[in-house]
Amino acid sequence: MGMMSGKLGILKKILTSLPRQSKPSLITTVWSQDSPSQLKNYSLQNPRLVLFSFQNLKFLTLFDFDSHIVLISSFICFADMARNYVRFLALILAISICCEAAIFRPISESHRSAALDLFKPIDGSFSSLEETYEALRTFEVLGIGNKLDISASTCPSVVEVLGSSSSNLKTLFYALRNQRILKCALKEEILKGVSSKLKAAVNSASALPDFYHSIGGLVLIKDQTPEANVLLDDAEGVFRSIKALSQSDGRWRYGSNNPESSTYAAGMAFEALAGVISLAPSEIEQAVVATVKNDVVKLFDSIEKYDDGSLYFDEKIVNGHEHQGPIFVTSSVIRGVTAFAAVASGSLKLPGDDMLGLAKFFLGIGIPGNTKDLFNQGFHAIDSIPSSNCPFIDSERPAQGVSVSSVLGYNTPPLTVTLVQASSSSSKSASIIENQELKFDHDSSFHVLDALPKSVDIGKYLFTFEVVLNDSENEKVYATGGKTQVPIFITGVVKIDSPEIAILDSDLGSIETQKKLDLAGENSVTLSANHLQKLRLSFQLSTPSGKAFKPHQAIIKLRHESNVEHVFLVGNSGKQFEIILDFLGLVEKFYYLSGGYDIQLTVGDAVMENSLLKALGHIELDLPEPPEKAARPPAQPVDPYSRYGPKAEISHIFRTPEKRPPQELSLGFLGLILVPFIGFLVGLLTLGVNLKNFPSSAVPAIFAALFHLGIGAVLLLYVLFWLKLDLFMTLKALGLLGIFLIFVGQRILSHLASTSAKLKSGDLMTDFDPAG
Amino acid sequence: MARTTTKDAQDLFHSLRSAYASTPTNLKIIDLYVMFAVFTALIQVAYMAIVGSFPFNSFLSGVLSCIGTAVLAVCLRIQVNKENKEFKDLPPERAFADFVLCNLVLHLVIMNFLG
Repeated sequence: MGMMSGKLGILKKILTSLPRQSKPSLITTVWSQDSPSQLKNYSLQNPRLVLFSFQNLKFLTLFDFDSHIVLISSFICFADMARNYVRFLALILAISICCEAAIFRPISESHRSAALDLFKPIDGSFSSLEETYEALRTFEVLGIGNKLDISASTCPSVVEVLGSSSSNLKTLFYALRNQRILKCALKEEILKGVSSKLKAAVNSASALPDFYHSIGGLVLIKDQTPEANVLLDDAEGVFRSIKALSQSDGRWRYGSNNPESSTYAAGMAFEALAGVISLAPSEIEQAVVATVKNDVVKLFDSIEKYDDGSLYFDEKIVNGHEHQGPIFVTSSVIRGVTAFAAVASGSLKLPGDDMLGLAKFFLGIGIPGNTKDLFNQGFHAIDSIPSSNCPFIDSERPAQGVSVSSVLGYNTPPLTVTLVQASSSSSKSASIIENQELKFDHDSSFHVLDALPKSVDIGKYLFTFEVVLNDSENEKVYATGGKTQVPIFITGVVKIDSPEIAILDSDLGSIETQKKLDLAGENSVTLSANHLQKLRLSFQLSTPSGKAFKPHQAIIKLRHESNVEHVFLVGNSGKQFEIILDFLGLVEKFYYLSGGYDIQLTVGDAVMENSLLKALGHIELDLPEPPEKAARPPAQPVDPYSRYGPKAEISHIFRTPEKRPPQELSLGFLGLILVPFIGFLVGLLTLGVNLKNFPSSAVPAIFAALFHLGIGAVLLLYVLFWLKLDLFMTLKALGLLGIFLIFVGQRILSHLASTSAKLKSGDLMTDFDPAG
Repeated sequence: MARTTTKDAQDLFHSLRSAYASTPTNLKIIDLYVMFAVFTALIQVAYMAIVGSFPFNSFLSGVLSCIGTAVLAVCLRIQVNKENKEFKDLPPERAFADFVLCNLVLHLVIMNFLG
């Protein structure tokens, strides 16, 4: 463990890459975190190709760990591996120039800040021991371990877990892992108790996860307290029982009664086997170990590939929610293989390209973003960075950096970088530069190319680099990436000569107006022409070394006042660019629109540093009248939001109100209406009505009164109905009143009827006269 | 002949008058009520003839209320009249109760239509 912290201190420059720039320019890959200005100075002043290199590049790779997606740092095991002569340590030097594929980025501040964001302890601790361990390890590797201070809150739980007798193997395993980083104070007896429990578990285990956790725990205890007694009694037996779970295609089963095999389990198995070997009191038979090596090779046969060259492992059978993803599986395998190779004596041959591909896979993942992502670390042997940025090399000014990134723990073996070939992309002819070795600048640790040969002109080139290790002994330890091809643009200032614009008379070709243009500055020529004349624009383009240059774009545009535009391409012959617009033939194309046209010239190319888009001036065109059937100019796009503006105002025409009679007439007739009523009353009096039949005794009198009041109430209700009530309320009230009225009326009328019946029966001869 | 016609008319008028005098008072009240309702309707028609029929629903409701109540009063008179053999067994109070009820319903409808 002491070695680990030493190496942590070694981590130096993590170079972060700047975003790609849109215009060709100087070096865009300023990668040093510590001394950005130093690198920039290099690029601006020295007329050389400057190559950057990485030292101590760390990679964080994504690693699935028990349903968490984590990032794994790579370099920790490197040094260990190098010391232990691990043969398949892959040191890969990659040339990081590539233009378009900005996929693989080295570890950067963004990784670290992402780690800080994602691993946020809640109330000072994480939710589980697993998560705690992942956070700790990640921060440790990234170099920000001091930012996470949770030992106070986590140690007690770790100690408790280790001390209790009911913890299961997995919890013990994670507690031990946390303990390794946090270094909590632990009593000797606790560790002894844990180790004896784990040893018992090893002997009684039958499923692969049990083996993995118990052996892993014992290895961790051994690392922490070397004097603890953790050696396995029957190491060979354990080895064989783990091996028994393997399949023929290199994958492993989880348990003897579980027929499904999984690549992830293979990773676990390798790690467990490595643990067994390290815990064995005596050497395990080589033949047995060799079979495991064969398994590793077979497993690597099942490696899968993405189009961009990255390689990964994935499960063959996807088992629903259990499937964690290729990151998870790949990292498990690599962890296992690395651990195994560390302890197994003899070499384990794995192709360097596989290592490169796997590293590309991990780097290609970028920064993990989702909330379940956690960083963690594993033990990986793969480092590589092919990185990215578009290099545009300016032939006159010091060129951009070709960064050679070498990734390694700390020891960069001496090596040379050779520019094998530089050939023009357009012409497949012979290469311009051949086999030029790049000098290694010790101060800045760059590989540097002294000046470009003079014959190199502007344009697009393909540079082929090759990395060769100086010491052939290192070939066994490190793997290089072979030849790498990088497209490079060499830019320069294109000379524009004798630009001029003229109006010519059509038949004779004589010049009526001719004006010189200054394409470097502002222009505003004013010309006028009629449809019988021609417009001629001409200029010459040449590269810095004097050759003819054909730009990607050479366009002239005429725009009418009404925003109708016409675009023409400027053709060339050799250096001379010329376009003649014959208005006689273009009259129809211009929709017979006379008036003022703005002239605009565009000349541009990727390698042209002085691309231009300039308004040249104004031309008044006098075109004939359009005939009847001429095409109308196309409708120009209107502001799409104009339809949300205010619309035309609508003036409503209301129905003229009816003519009403004059007020006095209406009032007169109101009075007139009352006349018959008065006449009715007078007539009643004349007839001599009386109220004799009104019952005199109390109860009927009350009912009679109520009856009349009831009728009056109904009539009042009708008046209210007319004035303000609606039908429903009226009907409701009417219902109530009606019931009352019916009851009362029935009483009084039946009383009256009985009274008159009595009278009638009593006096048959007299006339019945209720009114009188 | 004209003199005879006039004299006949006068005689007819006188005989009607004397015959009418012998009708019971309650029937006379009802007759008076009917005359009142009809006159009111006539005045409303005259008004409409002067000012036009806007709003027509109001005119209709006004006229029909008068006519309706007149009709109901005539029904009442028929039922209450003792000389009418058809309604001998119908107590006059019952007829009056019907009259009141029908009037109330008529006036509810009229008020709704009046607007």
